[in-house]
Amino acid sequence: MNNLPNNALSIKDLEKTYENGFQALKGIDLQVAEGDFFALLGPNGAGKSTTIGVICSLVRKTSGNLRIFGIDIDEDFSAAKQYVGVVPQEFNFNQFEKPLDILVTQAGYYGIPAPLATERAIKYLKLLGLWEKHNMPSRSLSGGMKRRLMIARALIHEPKLLVLDEPTAGVDIELRRSMWGFLEDINRQGTTIILTTHYLEEAERLCRNVAIIDKGKIVKNTSVKNLIKQLNKETFVLDLNKEIKDLKFLDGYPLTLVDSTTIEVAVDKDKSLNQLFNHLSSEGLEVISMRNKANRLEELFIDMVEKNLNTEKALNNE
Amino acid sequence: MNNQQKWVAFSTIVRREIRRFMRIWPQTLVPPVITMALYFVIFGKLVGSRIGEMSSLPYIQFVAPGLIMMSVITNSYSNVVSSFFGSKFQSNIEELLVSPTPNWIILLGYIVGGMARGLGVGLIVTLLSVYFADFSLHSVPITIGIVLMTSLMFSLAGLINAIFASSFDDISIIPTFVLTPLIYLGGVFYSIELLTGFWRSLTLLNPILYMVNAFRYGMVGITDINIMGSFAMVGLFSAVLFAVALWLLEKGSRLRS
Repeated sequence: MNNLPNNALSIKDLEKTYENGFQALKGIDLQVAEGDFFALLGPNGAGKSTTIGVICSLVRKTSGNLRIFGIDIDEDFSAAKQYVGVVPQEFNFNQFEKPLDILVTQAGYYGIPAPLATERAIKYLKLLGLWEKHNMPSRSLSGGMKRRLMIARALIHEPKLLVLDEPTAGVDIELRRSMWGFLEDINRQGTTIILTTHYLEEAERLCRNVAIIDKGKIVKNTSVKNLIKQLNKETFVLDLNKEIKDLKFLDGYPLTLVDSTTIEVAVDKDKSLNQLFNHLSSEGLEVISMRNKANRLEELFIDMVEKNLNTEKALNNE
Repeated sequence: MNNQQKWVAFSTIVRREIRRFMRIWPQTLVPPVITMALYFVIFGKLVGSRIGEMSSLPYIQFVAPGLIMMSVITNSYSNVVSSFFGSKFQSNIEELLVSPTPNWIILLGYIVGGMARGLGVGLIVTLLSVYFADFSLHSVPITIGIVLMTSLMFSLAGLINAIFASSFDDISIIPTFVLTPLIYLGGVFYSIELLTGFWRSLTLLNPILYMVNAFRYGMVGITDINIMGSFAMVGLFSAVLFAVALWLLEKGSRLRS
């Protein structure tokens, strides 16, 4: 097994079967290098949260090997846990406690004395824009504030590996972007980050490497750049200057009418957009604006998951 | 974790537990005091004055140690069961489970938190009882020793109940259907000298009888049973419950998937 000292996380043959017989992980292999910003993507029920659960000890693995910064969790999970900070999907702090108390208490669980814990708590509450609420019951915080509180809590022992399970779910765009900036900053400062998200734009913007998990198996593990290179088709939405009447189809550019002035075009990677624009001009139509229907990674992701589903169906039919 | 870090983790859990029951003092500290004050007034003064003596003591003096013990037992138990189950229910127990804090520290932290409330309420009720009855402590070591061990034992029992509980009903079943009958039939209000035959033998199987009698002996110097036997029994029960609770935490039973 590749267990280089610069691996923040090394997973080999990880399997998890729950008591009800559901096999959530079917032999996962994964390496996350120290300092990486890594995305773990997959549809609902793919095994992302189970993998994170095993990393942070809330889920007991059935078999396999997992090392955090070289420490085998079967040998010394307590030592390995010092390196990991976790931001779960659901709010899981005491809603009756105040943010400052939540952070200082969490630091105490890691053996950090109260004076240092308080100093750090103040630092992270200020960094995450929560200081004004430090003495309020945490149930009174907004959804976005609660998410940021969980990030502050995960950072209070200054872990080398931060695992975030859909950290920006339900967060408005402005706040999401400020959280991205914050995460990029701490990654630049050396913290390895593993992120699961449904917002693939988030993964494309933040992450250098990506693994796609589906039905308990890793179906792709590569860099985001390589993954995007594999994209062979993009769908664009074009807003036109006037109503479309009897538009002639152009070979190799399948068009779909969205409404009277909007079309969707699927363009293969090896085809030029100029040809499409020329065709529209010849029809007397001008393109007012253009955007991707879904982001690029999302198209690839859907394509892979569908392929995985089709392969499974084919195998079942055999 | 080194020893200093373990101490920090332990004291953090204890502080958090104390902060929890102090924050909700109208729910945790006031009701037992009011209930016990009513017991003292009704059983001690109104009914007690007609009962006369029990085991050659004025009834209020006989019943007071049992009432103090009753508040220690119920508060130690209910503090741990409600706090631990509440943490499970809100999922904030995960804050502890993902941390490097060893399970035995988690266990000790919750137990000491439960004991702090049980003994705190016990102390308030003791001060209250002084208003109604005259005491001169017969044996300080026995009184303190048995109350500490009893509080420890029921804190452990509360934690085990909380681990197995999956709903709020599950944390009230044991106190209502097991603990309350055992306390009421455990020699708090009467001496087992009043019982004969089958009922006496049955009562001797009740562990609370031993705790109440040992505590009563420490306070007023009378008992229906052997004091050393009481300590041995409470010690044995506590050791077994500690081992079971630790095993459940290590196994992650109902806490980790």
